[in-house]
Amino acid sequence: MNTKAEGPVPLLAARDLVKTYGGNPALRGASADLYAGEILAVTGPSGSGKSTLLHCLAGIVRPDRGSVGYRGERLHQLSEERLSELRRTDFGVVFQFGQLIPELTAVDNVALPLLLAGTARPAARERAGEWLERFGVRGQQDQRPGELSGGQEQRVALARALVTGPKVVFADEPTGALDCLAGEQVMTALVHTARECGTAVVLVTHDDRTAAYADREIRMSDGAVLPAEVTA
Amino acid sequence: MIAMSTRHILLGLLAGGPSHGYDLKRRHDERFPQARPLAYGQVYTTLQRLVRDGLAEVEGTGSDGGPERTTYRSTEQGDRELARWAAEIAPPAPFVTNEIFAKVVVSILAGGDPAAYLGAQRAAHLERMRRLTALKTDPGADLATVLSADYALNHLDADLRWMTTTAARLTTLTAEVDAT
Repeated sequence: MNTKAEGPVPLLAARDLVKTYGGNPALRGASADLYAGEILAVTGPSGSGKSTLLHCLAGIVRPDRGSVGYRGERLHQLSEERLSELRRTDFGVVFQFGQLIPELTAVDNVALPLLLAGTARPAARERAGEWLERFGVRGQQDQRPGELSGGQEQRVALARALVTGPKVVFADEPTGALDCLAGEQVMTALVHTARECGTAVVLVTHDDRTAAYADREIRMSDGAVLPAEVTA
Repeated sequence: MIAMSTRHILLGLLAGGPSHGYDLKRRHDERFPQARPLAYGQVYTTLQRLVRDGLAEVEGTGSDGGPERTTYRSTEQGDRELARWAAEIAPPAPFVTNEIFAKVVVSILAGGDPAAYLGAQRAAHLERMRRLTALKTDPGADLATVLSADYALNHLDADLRWMTTTAARLTTLTAEVDAT
């Protein structure tokens, strides 16, 4: 397993997670650790529980059984308010597609988490602009998601996920809808920025070339994480 | 020529202008960073054969204050041969030597644990892919490094996809191997 007898305390620790959707088990006792600043790939065949594990780790889905520990708190025991706050301040998420708000421009999409956290609009837009610059899409700041290419859209989504300075970014198939080259640019931008900022990344992917951007891999099968000796 | 042709690669490097063996080896290794580095002995033997076949000739020798070095240049015949080779289609390999598949089958025959072997092989492949990915995403990486790393990455990725499919079908394969 990925538990360590000694060494650093994990930032996120999932233990024996069980989750069933309408009688179909998605997780059957999955355990995993994420350490501060590391990039962790979660791989495995379709339906093996990768996305459900990510959703549980990010506090988006509550497991039926088991626990997720994050910096001394247990996510499943937190109130909805506290969970929302954590998701706003400590966690960033990037999905395969459909995550930007179509009516808002790129810069307003990125500014949104800051506005929700109480930052004044001019300051939020300025910081959002800086993050767009960092991901090479400043020139697209006044365009709406429908006017962006897939790769540009994902880079805007990355800027939005990182703009609040989260401890963890959860990325579910972030390059799944992109061609090879655009996917590589998105992954390179994500990995470089996460390393610069010391942000940990949970990267769900079925593509091993994408998994190779990570520091470490956990592999899932039938709703559980395979023992480390099988994958490492 | 079936194998990767050192003589044509050297002719290609000479196409840019006369050069000596040491310099050709250095430029080869820089230009093809993921290829196996050329041995000096191989460079000198190949140059002598190119001269013997009329594809290159000795331009002169000089020492430039260091050890004496022979400078070679391509001949017209060499340029023609290079153009012919560069345009020739590389035959898609009819048989791929697949040590991994052989190990899986042998493991089944010997009552071993092919799933554990495939898992360990996967980890080794992914580790190599991590190193290549780090190499090509380094901000200082030039395009030749990126492209040669990509070539290696795509081949390792093809192996991995094959291993994943095979791992998922081990039960059937075991039954088939055991039955024959």
